Amino acid sequence: MKLTPAMKPLTLAAAAGLLAVAASDAAAQQRPPPVEIPETSWQWDPDDPRIGLEAGVFDAGEAIDGLSLLISMPKPDAFLTEEADGRGPTNSDIAFLGDYMIQGSYWGFQIYDVSDPAEPELTVSVVCPGGQGDVSVHGHLLFTSVQQSSARQDCGTEGVEPPVSGERLMGIRIFDLSDVSNPRQVKTVQTCRGSHTHTLVTHPDADDRVWIYVSGTGRVRPAEELDGCVAGTPDEEPGTALFRIEVIEVPLAMPEDARIVSAPRIFADPETGEIAGLWPGGDHGPMTQRSRVTNQCHDITVRPDLGLAAGACSGNGILLDISDPANPVRIDQVADPNFAYWHSATFNNDGTAIVFTDEWGGGGAPRCRSTDPDTWGANAIFRVRDRKMELAGYYKLPVPQTEQENCVAHNGSLIPVPGRDIMVQAWYQGGISVFDFTDPANAHEIGYFDRGPLDPVEMLSGGYWSAYWHNGAIYGAEMARGIDVLALAVGEHLSEAEIEAARSVRMNEFNAQTQPLVEWPATVPVARSYLKQMQRSGGIGPEAASAAEELLEMAETGSVDGDAMVSLADQLESTARSAENARGAGDARRLRLLADTLRGIAAGG
Amino acid sequence: MTLGVLGVLVVLGACAPAGDSGADDSEARTIQPGPPGEAGRELTAEEAAALPRPEYTDADVRFMQGMIPHHQQALEMSALIEGRSQNRMIGLLGQRIAISQRDEIALMSRWLERRGEPLYEAPEGHEMHAEHMTEGHTDHGEDDHMADGHMAAHHPAMPGMLSPEEMEQLASLSGAEFDMAFLRYMIRHHEGALIMLDTLFASPGAGQETELFRFASDVDADQSMEIDRMALLLREIAAGAARDDPDPGAGPDGAPR
Repeated sequence: MKLTPAMKPLTLAAAAGLLAVAASDAAAQQRPPPVEIPETSWQWDPDDPRIGLEAGVFDAGEAIDGLSLLISMPKPDAFLTEEADGRGPTNSDIAFLGDYMIQGSYWGFQIYDVSDPAEPELTVSVVCPGGQGDVSVHGHLLFTSVQQSSARQDCGTEGVEPPVSGERLMGIRIFDLSDVSNPRQVKTVQTCRGSHTHTLVTHPDADDRVWIYVSGTGRVRPAEELDGCVAGTPDEEPGTALFRIEVIEVPLAMPEDARIVSAPRIFADPETGEIAGLWPGGDHGPMTQRSRVTNQCHDITVRPDLGLAAGACSGNGILLDISDPANPVRIDQVADPNFAYWHSATFNNDGTAIVFTDEWGGGGAPRCRSTDPDTWGANAIFRVRDRKMELAGYYKLPVPQTEQENCVAHNGSLIPVPGRDIMVQAWYQGGISVFDFTDPANAHEIGYFDRGPLDPVEMLSGGYWSAYWHNGAIYGAEMARGIDVLALAVGEHLSEAEIEAARSVRMNEFNAQTQPLVEWPATVPVARSYLKQMQRSGGIGPEAASAAEELLEMAETGSVDGDAMVSLADQLESTARSAENARGAGDARRLRLLADTLRGIAAGG
Repeated sequence: MTLGVLGVLVVLGACAPAGDSGADDSEARTIQPGPPGEAGRELTAEEAAALPRPEYTDADVRFMQGMIPHHQQALEMSALIEGRSQNRMIGLLGQRIAISQRDEIALMSRWLERRGEPLYEAPEGHEMHAEHMTEGHTDHGEDDHMADGHMAAHHPAMPGMLSPEEMEQLASLSGAEFDMAFLRYMIRHHEGALIMLDTLFASPGAGQETELFRFASDVDADQSMEIDRMALLLREIAAGAARDDPDPGAGPDGAPR
């Protein structure tokens, strides 16, 4: 994210008054009308318990639905510095390695043992500043993003005084976590614009190395500090460090040999070769959003199994072919008149849809007020067909937030419920929202957790940076308050079977920007998930449904009737075929998934 | 001083986490790793609390103090649009500039105020606090549009800022002439902000403090983008003017007169 501790108009007026700026009558009369935005006509539930929550840092009002809060953990002492009135340096992104959760921060990172998500234990606090401090893990290596000019190679906290200095680090740090309670810095890689975020890239055929895509958004450093760094437009400076990403190759056995292997011009026009080939910056006509010039990516999400990456790149969403990880090739791009700043991307599991987020206001502004359009600062969901993207719909937090809450779409991850596309997402002080986008044109919320603002009057920077699912729980990285761990709760939108099936998916590593393909085992909860979903939507006939239910109940008690299951599977597939061919009743996709799962159970799981 | 009071409230709130929350961190260590390839060290709670952090410098303060009147002038310039320009794009541009500059002025004032620094650099060694700015504001108000500029006038001109004569000249124009002059001046004005950023980051120890660094980075990104946008708009308007008027006084490439 781009942090701008912006203030609400009231505070603005107060501050301006101190300046005797707005205090002058003349100036007050000249106050410009608000920026033109479309008429907002969105609806929300006036009884939504998220409306009117009490403010407070650790005693704010809370509202929850479809989830349960397991534990809240304030920042450890080593991170409770004087910064931000004692709330300490901002928490940023999170990653997971086995039973450990790594919480990034502008001040370093923290490692928690989350083998019991309801009782995490802090393993170690690591002080090594350099915002944003986004984290990724692979094997025993941890990678962090560094883009502050005060960051030092040696993890010192005192800053770097000379404008040009070899002590400064802007780029990537690599740590060795072999001894998890004593992380060692093994390597730094410098880049011209630092690293705002980064993406760990694996290749199915390469187990001896990984790649890091570096999204740098800072000022270009002087060439005296880092050789070869040139700012400027492509016309003036064809070697400009703008309009590119950097690719670092990391040999896993020798991480100290990590180096930049390419700086692909992924925004270039393939025909003219012009480096600045995408969105030039500016609005899209009257009443449209002003999108930033595409000279950087904010974040890139990869699907190594598909050889694809979705880049959220300032003024565009782009699709990259990453079958050669060091040389990504752009294969599609979209712009959107409602998007200010393309921020991050999440694929659905089938790779047939992508959720892009728009960080309108940079994350430091209240952008979820009733007066803010519900398509601005929202998610845009695209269908992907033949590796081309097509807009299907939008999703935004469906309840207004106050002027005191910085709020806009931010980082999230899939919740692996079989048969559905469900995502949990952070909205800063808008809280956490869980939504279903199985139909990308009709995304809707199925759960939430929200607190009142940090402060009743002033808009202080806070809220959730990231909210990710990992091995059965949801982890929310709260920038100011610490970490919250939540669980899914059974309700009208989620059955027990679906939650159990999601919980059965275990991953040893999880980086939200390195999305793995989830494959569900053939188990009773997975089969029952498909069944429940079809019963909700009328996608299965009552007779077939009760037959399936009966067989699954038997299987649960240990008596698998294999023949009956295979026979039912045949029948379901036949229904699926006729549903497809004649557009008849039935949910062809889920009927097939259920049939496959039944066969799997029949075959012994 | 409302903000200061709020700050105290927040600190009190931060000291009282809910009793039933919190990880067991009794066993946890605090580590500060070393340079790449070298060993780090374990920190005691006292050492961790006493770690040095970059303080803001005089250059940081001067940057913030200088950027306030700089931004202020952008507000004045935008206030000239109404009644002089018929171009909808210029109107929108002015609105957007006004909003972002107001937000940033508030942020800069808060940054200075919380650090007990004066809001404006004192010209002849005398500090100019808010009270001083309020006084003496009325004796210069012959032109509504220029009222805000009073402050800017007290301040040594920052890079890219318009002289009083240039402001008068801009105010005397209308139509496409105004639009083009507005864009040229605003581009120069914004480029001045980038020069101020260069100066900031070229000053030893400057731009290190987290909040200031974030702000400076945002100003950099926003102003660069707006310059590009205005250059494009200027080309379009100049091309239109060239069609309407064989001698518009500017090349179709929008080169300054």
